Amino acid sequence: MSELLSDNSAALNDLKDLVVSQLANEILESEIRYGELTIVAKRDDILKVLTFLRDDTGCLFKQLIDVCGADYPERAERFDVVYHLLSLKHNLRIRVKVRTDEETPVPSSVPVFSAADWFEREAWDMYGIFFADHPDPRRILTDYGFEGHPLRKDFPLTGYVEVRYDDEQKRVVYEPVKLVQDFRNFDFESPWEGIQNVLPGDEKAEGNA
Amino acid sequence: MSEQKIKNMTMNFGPQHPAAHGVLRLVLEMDGEVVERSDPHIGLLHRGTEKLIEYKSYIQATPYFDRLDYVAPMNQEHAYCLAIEKLMGIEVPKRGQYIRVLYAEIGRILNHILNLTAFALDVGAMTPLLWGFEEREKLMEFYERACGARLHANYFRPGGVAADLPAGLLEDIDAWADQYDIFLKDFDRVLTGNRIFKQRTVDIGIVSAEEALDWGFTGPNIRASGLAWDLRKSQPYDSYEEFDFDIPVGKNGDCYDRFLVRFEEMWQSLKIIKQAIKNMPDGPVIVENNKVAPPSRADMKRSMEALIHHFKLFTEGFHVPAGECYAAVEAPKGEFGVYLVSDGSNRPYRCKIRAPGFPHLQGIDFMSKGHMLADVVANIGSLDIVFGEIDR
Repeated sequence: MSELLSDNSAALNDLKDLVVSQLANEILESEIRYGELTIVAKRDDILKVLTFLRDDTGCLFKQLIDVCGADYPERAERFDVVYHLLSLKHNLRIRVKVRTDEETPVPSSVPVFSAADWFEREAWDMYGIFFADHPDPRRILTDYGFEGHPLRKDFPLTGYVEVRYDDEQKRVVYEPVKLVQDFRNFDFESPWEGIQNVLPGDEKAEGNA
Repeated sequence: MSEQKIKNMTMNFGPQHPAAHGVLRLVLEMDGEVVERSDPHIGLLHRGTEKLIEYKSYIQATPYFDRLDYVAPMNQEHAYCLAIEKLMGIEVPKRGQYIRVLYAEIGRILNHILNLTAFALDVGAMTPLLWGFEEREKLMEFYERACGARLHANYFRPGGVAADLPAGLLEDIDAWADQYDIFLKDFDRVLTGNRIFKQRTVDIGIVSAEEALDWGFTGPNIRASGLAWDLRKSQPYDSYEEFDFDIPVGKNGDCYDRFLVRFEEMWQSLKIIKQAIKNMPDGPVIVENNKVAPPSRADMKRSMEALIHHFKLFTEGFHVPAGECYAAVEAPKGEFGVYLVSDGSNRPYRCKIRAPGFPHLQGIDFMSKGHMLADVVANIGSLDIVFGEIDR
């Protein structure tokens, strides 16, 4: 197992050097952690980066495994769009990230990978991230006529509407969520010594929480 | 007689259709009986799993993974546990790894029995389904004996598995494995050479290797297109590198090849199960660090510290160091991945579930173009679609 990891890390370092030298103007950061290479690309150059990663003989990331969003509301550009690519030829993975906010669209990667279509629709549905020139920008997972973007951190877990079948109107009706009991969110974080030494909640031990 | 204009017809398929494998709603644009375009409407089983996980501690989130691909529950937990272990740097004890491999392969057989027999049912063969479910029931009994539940196992835990196997279970699995080939041979005799079955599946829904890559296909679907890619071989996890098995590969990438690849995978899984039982090491099944894994019941009766550990573990849970990682397993349907972002607290900050069925179902449009309506059913059956994981 340890051999496999070390083999992998040499190849990853080579890949990192290659990507950083070839795409010096397009990428902002690159990092290897937990045996995974992450690069942060400039938003407007994402198609160039993905095309390079797909076609360069040292990369050949022919497969788009996943595209997803992630929300960090405290940042100015609050959303990450995370692409996971897989190279069957070199047996390597790479993660490409792009940052954006609620208004700025990210160029759609459908021209590079057909598989991106639904993944981007999902990111739009869940986070409200715009993808410019997407061929079919509809919602995908939520209900017809749904409003809001449920995976945003400021969207409540319980949602805003609930449905039930109304026997008088003979149809399903939408109503605002009525909770029988208030939504409870327990703070179990304590100064208990976990697996690491410095952890969130540690300040409570000093009594200044 | 004046020439008549024939308009394309839009047809609604599902969501309550026995051949839709769950709650698939397909909007088909038909030119006569030929499919011009198919537009799957998914999300009818969307439960917001990823959102719910963000509000649960790491241990509380495991059961959600059983409910994704409910046909092979433990394989999903596997990816989630691997992701946590990667972030925390935990090494699972050998026996724990072997039990995981054993149950992952039982899950693969569970999945393939259901898929192949339901596929056969879709194209007109009823008997294999009835035979197959008998075998599935036996396998689910093994699930039950290991973890107490037939389906929603919650058996794989970060650091190993929840409990050791009860006495006699390995012998019983071994005895089952010895008689399972009777079913496989019967199944083979009924379907593989069957004229009707071949007429319905050969050269239907051909996916070339390039298309399979472009559309993000993984698992048996990419192997049927001729690419020998299997994470168990190429990026082994949990001791898979110690097992001897082959990767079946198809040639044409049609529905029939996908059937054959899955069928052969059942033989290979059987081989792995037998090896796992034969070489099952002794020792602990979960890491002995009580900050991650609960102490034993016996310890809790005597040791105050063990009791505190147990209490803290099941209220606060453990903290995972800040960072992000992606862990993937070769689930029966393809690459099942978990992209986990941790902010150092006791709850996942973001947990993206990469379900293999999602890109597979996306491919139904290009696969079905120009085929007959009945072939859409064959395509859906051969892609192995389960809505628990697609809608999440």
